[in-house]
Amino acid sequence: MARAVSPSRKFWTTLAAWSVALVIFFPVFWMVLTSFKTEASAVATPPQLFSAEWTLANYQDVWARSDYPRFFWNSVVIALGSTLLGLAIAIPAAWSMAFVPGKRTKDLLMWMLSTKMMPAVAVMVPLYLVFQKLGLFDTRIGLVLALMLMNLPIIIWMLYTYFREIPGEILEAARMDGASLWNEIIYVLTPMAVPGIASTLLLNVILAWNEAFWTITLTTTKAAPLSAFIASFSAPQGLFYAKLSAASTMAIAPILILGWFSQKQLVRGLTFGAVK
Amino acid sequence: MGQITLSSVTKSFGEVNVIPPLDLQINDGEFVVFVGPSGCGKSTLLRLIAGLEDISSGQIIIDGTDATHAPPAQRGLAMVFQSYALYPHMTVRKNIAFPLKMAKVPQAEQDRKVENAARILNLGSYLDRRPGQLSGGQRQRVAIGRAIVREPAAFLFDEPLSNLDAALRVTMRQEISELHQSLKTTMIYVTHDQVEAMTMADKIVVLNAGRIEQVGAPLELYTKPRNLFVAGFIGSPKMNFITGPEAQKHGCHTLGIRPEHIEVSAEGPWSGTIGLAEHLGSDTFLKVSSDLGELTVRVPGERGLHHGQTIRMGAPADKLYRFDQNGLAL
Amino acid sequence: MSTQSTRLASRLMVAPSVLLLLVWMIVPLAMTLYFSFRFYRLLSPDRTGWVGINNYTWFFRAPDFWLAMFNTLALVGGVLIITVVLGTLIALLIDQPVKGQGVLRILVIAPFFVMPPVAASIWENLFMHPQNGLFAAASKALGYDPILFLEHYPLLSVIGIVSWEWLPFATLILLTAMQSLSSEQLEAAEMDGAPAFARFRYIVLPHLTRAITVVILIQTIFLLGIFGEIYTTTQGGPGSASTTLPYMIFKQAIVAKDIGRAAAGGIIAVVLANIIAFFLMRGMGRHLDN
Repeated sequence: MARAVSPSRKFWTTLAAWSVALVIFFPVFWMVLTSFKTEASAVATPPQLFSAEWTLANYQDVWARSDYPRFFWNSVVIALGSTLLGLAIAIPAAWSMAFVPGKRTKDLLMWMLSTKMMPAVAVMVPLYLVFQKLGLFDTRIGLVLALMLMNLPIIIWMLYTYFREIPGEILEAARMDGASLWNEIIYVLTPMAVPGIASTLLLNVILAWNEAFWTITLTTTKAAPLSAFIASFSAPQGLFYAKLSAASTMAIAPILILGWFSQKQLVRGLTFGAVK
Repeated sequence: MGQITLSSVTKSFGEVNVIPPLDLQINDGEFVVFVGPSGCGKSTLLRLIAGLEDISSGQIIIDGTDATHAPPAQRGLAMVFQSYALYPHMTVRKNIAFPLKMAKVPQAEQDRKVENAARILNLGSYLDRRPGQLSGGQRQRVAIGRAIVREPAAFLFDEPLSNLDAALRVTMRQEISELHQSLKTTMIYVTHDQVEAMTMADKIVVLNAGRIEQVGAPLELYTKPRNLFVAGFIGSPKMNFITGPEAQKHGCHTLGIRPEHIEVSAEGPWSGTIGLAEHLGSDTFLKVSSDLGELTVRVPGERGLHHGQTIRMGAPADKLYRFDQNGLAL
Repeated sequence: MSTQSTRLASRLMVAPSVLLLLVWMIVPLAMTLYFSFRFYRLLSPDRTGWVGINNYTWFFRAPDFWLAMFNTLALVGGVLIITVVLGTLIALLIDQPVKGQGVLRILVIAPFFVMPPVAASIWENLFMHPQNGLFAAASKALGYDPILFLEHYPLLSVIGIVSWEWLPFATLILLTAMQSLSSEQLEAAEMDGAPAFARFRYIVLPHLTRAITVVILIQTIFLLGIFGEIYTTTQGGPGSASTTLPYMIFKQAIVAKDIGRAAAGGIIAVVLANIIAFFLMRGMGRHLDN
């Protein structure tokens, strides 16, 4: 039961919490604000909060100058594709780790995670060469594969922690009821784990969307997603703050909105089994 | 049909031997209860029969077919789990129909069988609810319903009543017994509660550390326990065991007297002081410090005995159990 | 607890993941190892051959190598400390009965959705820029000279930016963990006469151990490879002041176009990552078991 607190205490904690939250959020807010200013307003001293000249010209410029829909579509395909493929491979693996654990299950899981510790830069050249050789360079399928493999350990771990909360007896009941392994996973495990799978999907879509090393290293134009779009903007534009802000806003807006709407599921998914 | 034969079945988990070689014959239509203290291997034995665990050696024969290596689904057995193991995302109807769906039974027949099971178990008005909206007893019925529709060769129950409160447990116990009488299908029932075992079983299998201590009808186990373990496990309150001179007087190593066989009377040969009197109304249980040691005595409720009183007790000679040094009945 | 056939099925089902990850790890690693002993410069494609451990010795003798090592660890350690400490404090604050908790969470989580190049460029241009940044404006308004963040405090600036990106992650995990603590435990402690700080120290903090473990583990995995933020802001400079090991490797590969040396650096980075992983997994594995 939540305990009653005095109104004055509630006032001060509310004030403190809101101040902290606004400070954390402020950079994003400022960027969005700047994106609607004229370039002159954007760099004016002192900074203009509400007295600026407002314009949509930056968005029009960015839209006209680059093929935003293509970058956007590439981001969607790569983020969603890599996550769905990862889930398809990870669900059976997580099933077996959660319900048929062996002495080395924990070690296997830790090993999988440790593959993620290898700095991407360290293997950049070999992967670049391999991708060239296999014809995967600057293709969406190539990036889907790369990001799937990059996030696979995280996907497996998250699913594993969810599956472990499902009592094994239910799967055994399905087995007694004549369900094959396939049916057991499709009809019993997966529907029961929907919240967990949804959280995993969300988090990994976000991780893949925001990935900005392989997506830039392994693409040039055809398959380049929004991370490359923004990189191309910051480099030559230099001081065009308003345009840069507009491009940045366009790059992060889709995932920011998705994240806000699915915040509850996401937070639940973020715990990695840290909370029981 | 529902005859199950275990021959020389063993099970070990790594180095640990959970079930030493074990033979058991379960006849068609029998209600067999596996009973024993926790960790005695009774649940493991049930899971071996179900096929949820491999046996390490030996043979399991179901209705004349070797089922030793058959997967659970093909053994024709249905199981009711301790946690009920209902599928939380499916309605009651879908839960009960699930085994039929897996067996690709036509939809019309599925509906008919589900309706039938729901009628037997009084679940009609709950068919479209989810398990989460049901009480413990209702969930238990759904689990049984899911087992019934398969028309299995035998039902396996793994401590199905242990999650229910005391009153409901009595009701469900009777319902399961009635179900057995109307279906006449073999049932194997695992419990640690000897009252359940005594009231439900045609045949009780008492297990201890993976070994079968005794197999028999409830009253047979009560009147003729083969050893100290069975004597102590069956019957409530527990049998009193007495060693020393009094036992030697009766020509045995350990003398067993059931609390209900001790009579409180002025002519009794033994004397003692009541340490604790538990008045249950119908009965009174006494803890007595006597010349034979600590004794539990059961007397009719209205005797007016209380703490601190000194009493004399005795027991008829034909109600005494005698055991040798190895704990075997003489 | 299972049958042979389920165990077999379980092996088959985990096999694709293991094989894929094995290939994903082994192939680039083997190639990197091979290159690290070769003479391989994109600027002189005709010269090839084995060079023994020269690439490694070059790396170890490079004047900025140890600085880069230090910077790498300082970046990881600094961000971990900041995010865990601040994350705990913010989670404690939000966990209080405050108005609008839902909106607060939305505000706090926002940085997590911002991709690293954008995060870096917001901070670099809109905040830390010596002429046009907000910080410069604030300094001037107070009558001070603007602080040259990226010139004078490059590593601290990068740590600050990365901490901002990861703070939501830490805060949300810790907040969820805090909310799972039963209030009865806290009330019992209060009945036992424990003051607020003691309740935090002896009840809340132990309850958070597992969550903190997970935060450290996950963040370390991502922080060891931090690259984009440095590339966008300081380019490793001034000089090598904010060069980390990954950035040093990048410079060898892309600027100097010396793949052999970059590969040697890569192997060193992998070894470092494994040493850290080993200690991390050993220390953490205990908390992750139940």
